[in-house]
Amino acid sequence: MDSLISLIQAAIIFGTVIMFGAVGEIIAEKSGSLNLGVPGVMYLGGIASLIGVFFYENSTDNPNQIICVIIALVCAFLAAALGGLIFSFLTITLRANQNVTGLTLTIFGSGVANFFGGSLNKLAGGVGQISVATTSSAFRASIPALYNLGFIGKILFSYGFMVYAAIILAIFAQRFLTKSRAGLNLRAIGENPGSADAAGINVTLYKYLATCIGSGISGLGGMYYVMDYTKGTWANDATIESLGWLAVALVIFAIWKPRNTIWGAYLFGILYWVYAFWRETNVDLGFITLHLPALTRRTQELFKMIPYIVTIIVLVITSHRKKKEYQPPEALGLPYFREER
Amino acid sequence: MEPTNAIELQNITKKFGEVVANNKICLEVKKGEILSLLGENGSGKTTLMNMLSGIYYPDEGKILVDGKEVAIRSPRDAYELGIGMIHQHFKLVDIFTAAENIVLGLSGSRVLNMKAIEDDIEKLAQKYGFELDLNKKIYDMSVSEKQTVEIVKMIYRGANILILDEPTAVLTPQETSKLFDVLRNMRDDGKAIIIITHKLNEVLTLSDRVAVLRKGEFAGEVDTKDATEISLTEMMVGKKVDLDIERPEPHNVETRIEVKNVTCLDKYGIKALDDVSFDIRSGEILGIAGIAGSGQKEILEAVAGLQKVESGCIIYHNSKTNEEEELVGKSPLQIRNIGVALSFVPEDRLGMGLVGSMGMTGNMMLRSYREGGSFFTNTKEPEKLSETIKEELEVATPSLSTPVRKLSGGNVQKVLVGREIAASPKVLMTAYAVRGLDINTSYTIYHLLNKQKEKGVAVVYVGEDLDVLLELSDRILVLCSGKVNGIVDARTATKEQIGLLMTKLNEGGPLNEQ
Repeated sequence: MDSLISLIQAAIIFGTVIMFGAVGEIIAEKSGSLNLGVPGVMYLGGIASLIGVFFYENSTDNPNQIICVIIALVCAFLAAALGGLIFSFLTITLRANQNVTGLTLTIFGSGVANFFGGSLNKLAGGVGQISVATTSSAFRASIPALYNLGFIGKILFSYGFMVYAAIILAIFAQRFLTKSRAGLNLRAIGENPGSADAAGINVTLYKYLATCIGSGISGLGGMYYVMDYTKGTWANDATIESLGWLAVALVIFAIWKPRNTIWGAYLFGILYWVYAFWRETNVDLGFITLHLPALTRRTQELFKMIPYIVTIIVLVITSHRKKKEYQPPEALGLPYFREER
Repeated sequence: MEPTNAIELQNITKKFGEVVANNKICLEVKKGEILSLLGENGSGKTTLMNMLSGIYYPDEGKILVDGKEVAIRSPRDAYELGIGMIHQHFKLVDIFTAAENIVLGLSGSRVLNMKAIEDDIEKLAQKYGFELDLNKKIYDMSVSEKQTVEIVKMIYRGANILILDEPTAVLTPQETSKLFDVLRNMRDDGKAIIIITHKLNEVLTLSDRVAVLRKGEFAGEVDTKDATEISLTEMMVGKKVDLDIERPEPHNVETRIEVKNVTCLDKYGIKALDDVSFDIRSGEILGIAGIAGSGQKEILEAVAGLQKVESGCIIYHNSKTNEEEELVGKSPLQIRNIGVALSFVPEDRLGMGLVGSMGMTGNMMLRSYREGGSFFTNTKEPEKLSETIKEELEVATPSLSTPVRKLSGGNVQKVLVGREIAASPKVLMTAYAVRGLDINTSYTIYHLLNKQKEKGVAVVYVGEDLDVLLELSDRILVLCSGKVNGIVDARTATKEQIGLLMTKLNEGGPLNEQ
């Protein structure tokens, strides 16, 4: 039972990271920008927030929790949006290939983040020595009254505010895309920029804004990972990158609908962590008893493939069902320029 | 006093490079009037209207809307002046509903209130008699429904001047008459409507006034009640111009390909070719005339094996063995090997037949790469061939490896036609071989075709310029809406006769002088 609760808790924390990444990416992709730099911008968001609060906490004796949170959010959003701006400038203005640019952004983001992360570790006196305790505890604070509600409290209320913010953001993004005028215009650009242009919509402006804001939101995922899961330290492992790719996969899994990322992200979180909580068990089916063996280091890796396999299956199913609504935005990945002769 | 002219064009000139698309055109459109803009392909109708809708900007001249001089620099400017243009290719988002497409890009409350918007559109639709299901997705709609959405979109945006570019080209007769009813309702409401068309019967039933363009020039205007089909055709085609193209007498004429009752469908399932029958004969040039999109492309592609034939047969007569072969069902490669060559010069020239980023040699190899058994390609032969083509046709290119997209249009066409001729085909089909070429280069191409004809090749020449067709061809096949409307002797036919055949289906079946 305890291990099940731990699995769910771990899944929700990782799911939240993925959810931010995916919601941001959906907004960008709805404008036709296939930004494969999601892992990169998540790295940027993570490291920028860490640098920001590190210097703030070191500059004052009594760091204010609210200011800490604001600094972290703003730094993460701006740094990631800047990554999106690089992507936008290259792909929208210079019409570079989106796939190549996105992959480059991922490499760039992880390089920059690990470089500054290393510097920061050195400044703090060694790996694991960075201390942003005030910020980290602000991000990890849960409401005690609810947390103590027994096992429901542990599953539903043992998290920091970003977990709930992600859900609210996904719902808001869903409503924005389907119910607002700007959302309608944005979707039109991703589907058919020529028609949107003819209808008097500023295609370039929308694409820039959607890509930059989307990247900023994705960057918040990286920040949440650093502040909550690693408790404000920096390690040069590639977890952020693998979560970033899961976010890209989740966009497809959610068939470009932000509301689907809520349950999709948690499902991906469970699939991600299932190897760690897997125990040797016997399942009694009445007529036969199934023996499920414990995982070795090698079989663990097989389990880590599950989220990606699920995404492939979803891709196969959705492309097999010819319903237009399940397809990616029609102009996704294509540069737009006005027809002229 | 309220100005009565919704639009006034004064001395509008527009050039594309050397080509003058519109030369000093003056035109007025009154409020509450339907004006037909009539002209052959390439006469500059669409270019002129694109200047009103903000796609092009005139090089010279003035545009007045409601009596005031305006500058229309973008589609947005056009909307704001109340000008709406409905293009042949609809500007709609497929996965949106009709209502979503109609409100797209409009300013207003941040949150969409679809119910209120739908009510508004519904009122508008009732006023003019549109039939429209606002919640239907565009991808579920027929062409006519999509067109209705486009028109409602323009009206909803407050368009007072509506321009329709060949609106009936894709409609059934019933849909056409429904569209006309709606247009009349809008006219009676005081809107100005311009319809670009080349269908004479529609001009006569719908419009109040007709303006005619010919080769970029204003050829005159007339009140519809004073016009007849014959008078309009004369205005449209103009007087015969003497071009002095040589035309050797055909000899050894025998039937090479027999096309019998061929029917093809386009992607909308409408008949692109309807029961077409004719012969292609060796030693002569068969000209094919018709309004753009009357089935020229489909005829050539059906013979070349690129277009699926629904019914009918295409028979090739082999002169050596006297055998007959059915071409329908054969692959394009098999048909090529029999000796049927197709060179099609599309509007963008590089779209079909040549690879822009490869040099002349590389493009020659597109036809020959299958030859030889080695893993590596043989570049010697293609190189020799391109050298010959370069010299004989005077292709201006710095080197044989210069990418062909860097060559001028005329040179690209020489490469394309030259390659097809080099394969020494039995049947050579060319479409728009002189499109966009200067006069000298055009004559080089005519000369090439004549040489082929003298060698006993059966030549098919699809052209746009009637004067050229009349002087170059031996026989002219005239297409009208996918049907053969007549096959005439090019030596005796008149321009007016062909003009009429192009625009109006003969009631007693096709005219056949041969």
